[in-house]
Amino acid sequence: MKNGVLFLIVILLAIIPLIFLNDAEFGGADGQAEEVISEVAPNYEPWFHAIWEPPSGEIESLLFSLQAALGAMIIGYCLGYGKARKKYSSSKQ
Amino acid sequence: MNKRSLWVSFVVLLGLTSYFWSNSFRPAYAMHIMEGFLPLGWAVFWWGITIPFISVGIRSITKKLKENPELKSMLGLSGAFAFVLSALKIPSVTGSSSHPTGVGLGTILFGPTAMSVLGTIVLLFQSLLLAHGGITTLGANAFSMAVVGPLLAYGIFKFGRKMNLSLAVAVFLAAMLGDLGTYLVTSVQLALAFPAEVGGFAASFVKFASIFGFTQVPLAISEGLLTVIVMNLLQKYNMEELKQLLSIKEAS
Repeated sequence: MKNGVLFLIVILLAIIPLIFLNDAEFGGADGQAEEVISEVAPNYEPWFHAIWEPPSGEIESLLFSLQAALGAMIIGYCLGYGKARKKYSSSKQ
Repeated sequence: MNKRSLWVSFVVLLGLTSYFWSNSFRPAYAMHIMEGFLPLGWAVFWWGITIPFISVGIRSITKKLKENPELKSMLGLSGAFAFVLSALKIPSVTGSSSHPTGVGLGTILFGPTAMSVLGTIVLLFQSLLLAHGGITTLGANAFSMAVVGPLLAYGIFKFGRKMNLSLAVAVFLAAMLGDLGTYLVTSVQLALAFPAEVGGFAASFVKFASIFGFTQVPLAISEGLLTVIVMNLLQKYNMEELKQLLSIKEAS
C-alpha cells in the first residue's frame, strides 16, 4: 500500500498546478529559455536546424506515447518476470 | 487482496489518464537545449567532455553483462525507466511544464557511467524523432542529463547509505537531487554561452535557473517518488538481480 500512497502524491503534484493556475499556458520551459536567449543575445541565429521534425502535434504525441508505451512494456515485463519466478520457485520447495 | 489490487489498478489508471491528459494540452516541449542554440565552440566543447564518460560506460556495461548475462533485463529496465520518464511532460507550479530524467534508478543499479550511455541513447531518440534537443546540442544535453545527473545521484546515494539512511530515503534523495542538478547544469551551460551584457554570466545564470529550476522542483520530487516505487517493486520481486548488482558494486 505504501506504493499506492507514493503514487497518489505524484498524481497530486501534477494535478495541483492544473487546478490552481487557471490561466497558465503550461508551455515548455525550453520555450521560455529561448525567449531569454533572444533578450540577452538579440542577434543570435540558431546555426543548425533539426533534420526532421514531426509534421504535426498529433504525430509528435504519437511518438511520445510510443516512447512511453515501449518503456512501460519493458518495465512491466521485468517486474512480471520477477514476480512469476518468485511465485513458482517458492511453490516448488 | 483482490480489493487492494483493484484499488491499485484504479490509481494507476487515474495516474496515466491524468498524465496523458495533461500532455495533450499543448504542443510538447523538451527541457533540453534546442538544436542550434549553442554556438559551435560550446557544442564541440561539451561533446569533448561527454565522450570519455560514454566510452567508460560502454566498457563497464559490457564487462558487467559478460560476468552476469542475466542482468540484461535489469539494464533494459533502467533504460526503459529513463525512456518513460523523459516522455512524461508534467505541468508544474510555475505554469510551464517540464519532464523528469529518470536516470537515478539505473545509476543506483549499474553505476553512473552506465547511465551516461543509456541517457545519451534516450536523448538521441528524442532529438532525431521528436526534434527535442538536437544533434549539435546533444553533447551538452548528455553532459547535464547523462553525466552530471548520474554522478550526483550516485554520490548522494552512496553518502546517504553511509549516513545510515534507509534505502528508500537514499534512493529518493539521489533521484530527486540528480534531477535538479541536471537542470542547474543546463542553466550553467546556457549562461556560459549567453552571458548577459549587464551582469555577465551570473545574471544570465539567475535568469535561466529561475526558468528551469523552479519548474523542476515538483517534478524532481515526482521523479524521486517514482524511483522509490520501482525500487520497492524490485525489492519485492527481483531481489536476486538486486543482490547481484549491489554485490558487484561493492566488489569493484
